[in-house]
Formats: sequence, C-alpha cells, structure tokens
Amino acid sequence: MSTVKLTVNGRAVSVDVEDRTLLVHLLRENLNLTGTHVGCDTSQCGACVVHVDGRAVKSCTMLAGQAAGSNVTTIEGLAKGDELHPMQAAFRDNHGLQCGYCTPGMIMSAVDIVHRHGGKLDEETVRHELEGNICRCTGYHNIVKAVLDAAGRMKVAQAAE
Amino acid sequence: MYETNYHRASSIDDAVAQFGRGAESKFLSGGQTLLPVMKQRLAAPSDVIDVAKIKDMVGIDVSGDTVTIKAATTHYDVAQSDAVQKAIPALANLASMIGDPAVRYRGTIGGSLANNDPAADYPAAVLALGATIKTNKRSITADDFFKGLFTTALEDGEIITQVAFPIPAKAGYAKFPNPASRFALTGVFVAKTKSGDVRVTATGASQSGVMRVGPIEQALKANWAASALDSVTIAASGLLADIHGSADYRANLVKVMGQRAVTAAG
Amino acid sequence: MLSAFYNIAPEHKLRVIAPDVGGGFGSKIYIYPEEMVALWASKKVNRPVKWTGDRSEAFLTDAHGRDHVSKAEIAFDKDNKILGLRVKTHANFGAYMSLFSSAVPTYLYATLLSGQYVIPAIYAEVIGVYTNTTPVDAYRGAGRPEASYLLERMMETAARQLKVDPTELRKKNFINQFPYQTPVIMAYDVGDFHASIDAAMKAIDYAGFPARKAKAKASGKLRGIGVSCYIEACGIAPSKAVGSLGAGVGLWESAEIRVNPVGTIEVLTGSHSHGQGHETTFCQIIAERLGVPISQVSIVHGDTDKVQFGMGTYGSRSIAVGGAAIVKAMEKVEAKAKKIAAHALEASESDIVIENGEFKVTGTDKAIALPMVALAAYTAHNLPDGMEPGLKETAFYDPTNFTFPAGAYICELEVDPGTGKTTFVDFVAADDFGRLINPMIVEGQVHGGLAQGIGQALLEGAVYDDTGQLVTASFMDYTMPRADDLPSFQLSHTTTLCPGNPLGVKGCGEAGAIGASAAVINAITDAIGNNKLEMPATPDRVWHAIHG
Repeated sequence: MSTVKLTVNGRAVSVDVEDRTLLVHLLRENLNLTGTHVGCDTSQCGACVVHVDGRAVKSCTMLAGQAAGSNVTTIEGLAKGDELHPMQAAFRDNHGLQCGYCTPGMIMSAVDIVHRHGGKLDEETVRHELEGNICRCTGYHNIVKAVLDAAGRMKVAQAAE
Repeated sequence: MYETNYHRASSIDDAVAQFGRGAESKFLSGGQTLLPVMKQRLAAPSDVIDVAKIKDMVGIDVSGDTVTIKAATTHYDVAQSDAVQKAIPALANLASMIGDPAVRYRGTIGGSLANNDPAADYPAAVLALGATIKTNKRSITADDFFKGLFTTALEDGEIITQVAFPIPAKAGYAKFPNPASRFALTGVFVAKTKSGDVRVTATGASQSGVMRVGPIEQALKANWAASALDSVTIAASGLLADIHGSADYRANLVKVMGQRAVTAAG
Repeated sequence: MLSAFYNIAPEHKLRVIAPDVGGGFGSKIYIYPEEMVALWASKKVNRPVKWTGDRSEAFLTDAHGRDHVSKAEIAFDKDNKILGLRVKTHANFGAYMSLFSSAVPTYLYATLLSGQYVIPAIYAEVIGVYTNTTPVDAYRGAGRPEASYLLERMMETAARQLKVDPTELRKKNFINQFPYQTPVIMAYDVGDFHASIDAAMKAIDYAGFPARKAKAKASGKLRGIGVSCYIEACGIAPSKAVGSLGAGVGLWESAEIRVNPVGTIEVLTGSHSHGQGHETTFCQIIAERLGVPISQVSIVHGDTDKVQFGMGTYGSRSIAVGGAAIVKAMEKVEAKAKKIAAHALEASESDIVIENGEFKVTGTDKAIALPMVALAAYTAHNLPDGMEPGLKETAFYDPTNFTFPAGAYICELEVDPGTGKTTFVDFVAADDFGRLINPMIVEGQVHGGLAQGIGQALLEGAVYDDTGQLVTASFMDYTMPRADDLPSFQLSHTTTLCPGNPLGVKGCGEAGAIGASAAVINAITDAIGNNKLEMPATPDRVWHAIHG
C-alpha cells in the first residue's frame, strides 16, 4: 500500500491504494468518479482516457503511483457547473453518442485533439486522431461531426476569453 | 494484475540501486507495453522502478552530426520536436505513427527499444540509422543490440539512458499498420548515410524481429530510387505469418513499403 | 426467464435492474452462465456478489454471429427474369445451444431469400452444425444479413455473367405490386424499391462512375462500385406466427402510461433502451399527441420492479411494437381523459379535442388543461358516475405482421494494388423505414449499422487456430472498425408507410448491418476483377485475390 497524492478536477486528494492500482481504478473505485470507463484490457479502446497534466492518456495503462503529484481531469471535471464544455455540447447537439460507453473517453481525447490542432482540423485528421478510441454504436459519423463542430465552438470561446 | 511494488526513482543511480533491491525488478518508463502485459498476467515483476520522471532521462539534443534522444522521451515529444523534424524528419514521422495519440503521450523510446517487440517501429529506425544505444554501463551499437524477439543485449539491471542517431543524408519510413493492433504489420526504414552507405530495415516482418533487408540495400546502393526495387524479390521464408498477413504477403509489403519509404525520403 | 426456465428464484422475489449497460447488438439478449453462477453464489454466501467480465473474456464467451457456408444457384430466363434460387447452407451453432441459435439461420434467414425480387421458386436447405466454437446466435440483423448478402452477391455475379448493368438487372426483377406473397412465407405489405435505388444512384452519381474509375486507374488505384438492395423482416413478431414455429414466448410488447396528478407523464416500457434513444423517441410520440413539452414526459425502463412484463429490444422492434403499445395505452388514457374533460366542461365527449396540452370543446373557447384533468382524476371529487379514479393505462400490443424496411446501398471504393488495402470514396444509403419519428436518431442507427456491415465485410471475424483456441480474443487481433477505417455516409430516405401498425413505422436498427456487407464486397470484386473473395476482405486476402 502507498499513499498517492494528486489533484483531480481541481481538488487535492490523498488516497491509500495498493501499488498495482491503475489510475482508472483509483478514479472509479476510490473517488467514485465512474464517468471514466474500462472497455478493454489491452489499452486500445480509449474508454478510460483522462487528462494527466493536460495530456490525454489511457488511465487503464498508468499506475496510480505514476500519477502522483499530477493534475488529473476526468469527464466529470470538464463542464463549468451546469454549463457543458463545448465538446460535450457538440456531442449532444450532433447525436455523437448512443449507448454512451465510449463517450467520456471520446470527449477527453477530442478535447486534446482540438488543443493540439487548433482550428486547423479537417475530417481526415479527426478520423486519424481518433485512432485510439473505439465506438461500436455510431459508426463514428456523428462523433467526427461533433468534434469538428466543437473545434469551431472552442475557437470562438477562446477568442471571447 | 499480480501484486507489485512501485518505486519512483530520483536519478539513474537511484533507479539502478532500487532495481537491485527487488527480487524480480523491471524498469517502468511509459508503461504502454509493460502495464498491459502485467494486466494480462503475462509478467509479474516484484518491483517496478519508474524512471520516467528522472530529469537526466528526458530530452532531445542535436549537435554536429548527431541527434541524441534521452531514453524516457515520449514518442509525442520526438514527433513534435522541431530539432528532430529538421535533422531526421523520417524519425519524427516514425514517432508520430506509433500506437495512437494517448499511447504516444506516455510511451518512450527507451522502453520501446528495451522491449524490442518484433512489430515495434523504433527498432527499424535505430538499426537502419546505425544508432548507438547508451546505457548506464556502456555504449552498444544497433548492430549488436537487437538479439531476436523481445531480446536485446541489455543485461539484468542495465538501463538505456539515451540513443544517439547519426544524421543521415536521406531517410524515410513507411508503415503498413496491423489493422487491429496498429503495430507495424510491416514497416520499412531506408537510410542513406552521409558517407553513401545504404541501410534498410524491416520491422513486423521477420520471425526474428527487426532485420536488415539485403536485397533492397543492394538495389538502392546501385540506384536510390523507388523504381530500383521493381525487380527485387523478397523471400517469404523466415517471415512472420498470422491472421493479418501471410509470409508471402509480408514479403510483398517489405518491397512495397520499401518503395514508399524511398519516395518519402526523396 | 431466470425464474421460469432456470428456477433461480420465484418471479415475484426476483428484481432485475439494468440501467445504462452499454450497447447490445444482440449479445445481451441471452442469459449467460456467469449470471446464474453469481446469483447462486450470492444465495450460498448470503451476501451481494459482483461479477465483472473483461474484454478478453467477452470475446471468448459472448455469443458470436453469422457463421455460414453457403452454396447457391440462380436461374434466369432469356429476358433476364429470375426463374428460381436454390440455396444450401451449413450454419454453425457453436458448441452449445443458445437462445435463438436454431431460429436465426432458418426462420430469419431462409424467409428473406426472396429479397426485393420476384422469384417464382426458392429452395433453401439449412443444416445446423454443432462445432467446438463459442455459441453462435443473434447479432444485429440475425439471419437477415446472411440472406441479404447471399442474394445480393448472387445478383451482382449474375449481372457480371449476363453482361448487364447490375442496377438494371435488379430493377427488372423488383417486386412492384403489394401486398406480395413470397414463396418463403413472408408477405411484404408495402414498399417502393425503385425509389430507393434511384435515390442511391443519384446520390452517388452512378452514371459518372466509369469516368471516375478511369481517372483512378491513371493514378494506379483500382476503383470499384457495388450495389446492395436489402429487405428485412422486422417488428418481431406476431405471437401466433412465432408460436406456430415453436417459440416458447409471444413477441408482443407492453406499455403503461401514468399521468401523474400534476400532469407529468411517465411511460413504462418493456423495450429497454441501450443507445437507441427511446427516451427521446417515445417521449416525442406522447408529447406530439398531447401537444405538451417533451420535458413533461419521461421514460421508465430496465427495472422489473417498476415496469410491467415486457419482451425487450431486438429485431428492430422497439418503435414498431413497443411504440405501438405506447400508442394503444395512450388511446386509453386519452379516452378516459376526454370523458373527465367533457364532464368538467359540461360538453359532449365526442366534441372534445386535444390541442397544445389542453382538452377543448371543438368550435368553442372552452378548454381544460391536462394537469387539471389529471388532478380531477386523482382527487375524484367530481368524476362521471361510475368512473374509477386515477389516470393510468396499460396496453399489450401484438403485431399482426412483420414490418419490411428496405433500401438500396451503393459503395464506391479504391483498392491499392500494392497492399490490397481498401479505402472508401463514398457510401450512400437510401432507406425506407416508413414514418420517421426522429430522423436524427434514425440516421444514427443507420450509421452504426453500416459500420457493422462494413466491419463484417472488411475487418471483423472470429478466428480459431488448429487447436480450437480463439485467436481473436482481444482488440490486438480482433479488428474493430476505427474512425479512420470508415467514410462519412450519405443518407437519404424514401417513404412508404407501414400499414400494419398505428405509427406507420418499420424499424431502423438493423438495416445498415443487413445491407452494407454485400455493397462492399460487390465493390471490391468489381475493382479487382476477381469475384472470388471471402469476408473479411483483409488487405492480405484482397492482395492475393489480385495477384494470385
């Protein structure tokens, strides 16, 4: 057992976990942040993606100990109170989710994609960049649409700030 | 995952010392291979020594004719590095094709090389560019480093600290990804050194891991052009065969990816 | 099921709660051994038991789908009209009998072999085979994708051998008169197959294809186009019909509508929602009928202590059967509410109309709002003589026929001759689902279905090695379609209303998965000029089909 201290969604937390605990399990089981999902066991599906120090990573492929001292943002930390993040709003408006299982990871990856590419995204880039997130329901059509839509909204939001 | 003890090392010496204290220790860098393998219970180290936050293990330096990448530098940082893009664009390009974006944020060059997966991308570049792998104990040339599937010249407790790449005259990488895992079903790296030597490697293709491709090297030595490979035949014997690609298909990919790598190299 | 067939607990002591459970696609219909073991263990130790299956376990034990080996012959007369179709299919059941194992490759397969065509004679022989694989059962489309794939590959092959345009051959043989009794049980109620194929051909600029193919050839790519015209039997199913075939249950659906004393409405449905958007579509049906905001309506599902007995979500049945049950229950609610309104407004019941959430006396300005009607129903201070208090009604709806969604898909793609890799240029889908309640949700269902049909054609497959070991037991080897494997889709709709249910709907959940695979393989074989190609058409297989 070790004590892992980190910041999750802006809140400093200190959790006692076994050393083999994965970040995703710390989030889900110790902090009850069940928005982050586990969809596979080979680090491919991306349902578990969270931001660690601003980078979208697979929380099923990171020990809790590796995240000690880091700043973690999960899907629960994305909205500002009742106001959805533009990516969340775009997913809702474009019907970018069906069963919702992949959605938290999709959104966390998508936010990172927009951060890296800014407003220069096109469909091909979005499809390529979503390589690490698997969806069985949507055929990706509306997810791609949502990400492109959100890229525009985030640019506008950024300009306004 | 079986139980394990996690240690975060503060320096290379500390990492080596901690490694020695465990019964069956493993170095942990990005963990993008080791952790999935541990989750599947295919590996059960008593102790994992995290080297990713050691200052001396992260960074890129270009000086003279050499690009030096420290071992815990992530694929993302290599792909994004202006210095690498300028000095060896094929290397930055290769790094940008490893795994997926989330994997590239965590995975590191040292971890990839120490693991030596037969379908990993980096070994192709390291061997083709004739890089030197530096460890806490010694320097190992690429020709001496790769010893077959998941096997390297590294001794127990020896840790890769950095990789030094001589800047080539020309280099290119072309990868045909495994449609499921996105590892290389076959990836080919072509390099022409400043002294005019040609080295060509393939990953994902051979039963013995990354390999030099003699027939392509000879053809390119005579004529550095994609068309020079038209008449080259790659033997299927000794090549991997699985549900994603038969040996003769991989043999074809070695040639076709070789041509595309030459085109990419210019 | 757990109670009646497995004696796990008396039904009134058993509560199943299944809220958001991820997608289903058929694999969650069945009762798996692990579920019973968890219940048994819980009883044994008298404590709650949690069981979690990981992905690799799911690959190994969740029912697989579509494992057929078929031989087919088709005969045409001198005018290229179909004379007959003869099919012999070996269908793998896997190692154990699963719920629908035997029904999928028979009743849901052979009955669809007439497709969209007039085929005077059809002979189908299906041999079910037990093997040592994971059980094979219903997976999105269940039997109908297999039928559609076989027939559409046959039509394409026939067109190539007869040297006629594949769209012309199809049009020549389309069923034009409805209702139409096929020789394989199904009686199609309505359709317009020409409308679908014309819409698809226009959307993809079918006439311009030869020029595009020539242009692609100049840049070293092999371009192909492939058509698939599917029909499916959905809205599963009339209980009498399935009973006559030996089913252990009826396939009706139930609904309960509760109008609360404040006028909000709860709809209890046996159609579980796991991504199909019932919470939206079902609420829309109610909100539109009453003219109230959709926020006034909520859907309750997935809890056996709350919801009356129901039959579930599969076979594209939720709207056609579950939605129809909701309409039936609503009719009862409205009839009673009209009586209460008429009584309160001192008007004749037949003069009451429902508009904008109000019960109005037609031709006057007299009206009473829904919440007041509901309140009156529950206070019961002033109800018509003999009326029971409350405003809550239940209906069970049993369909009279299957529904028959149909459409035309056309796919244009390029094959890289060097690697055998397929890249999509365009994919158009023209579907006829009858009335669309929520087009955005319908299109989402089609997108997902197309992705599954394309995945089946190009990428996905369960592979066992010589020792019986499942090789594709993780995403490392099982090729799930990723965003960069797929194109954006061009969708359009043509409409013939289904006469068999009160909504005129047909269902849309499986269409994409049923129709897409044949379009893809027809396009690849067109591109490479070799008709012999197995699914999944991996780059390795395609490369070998090109180069031998």
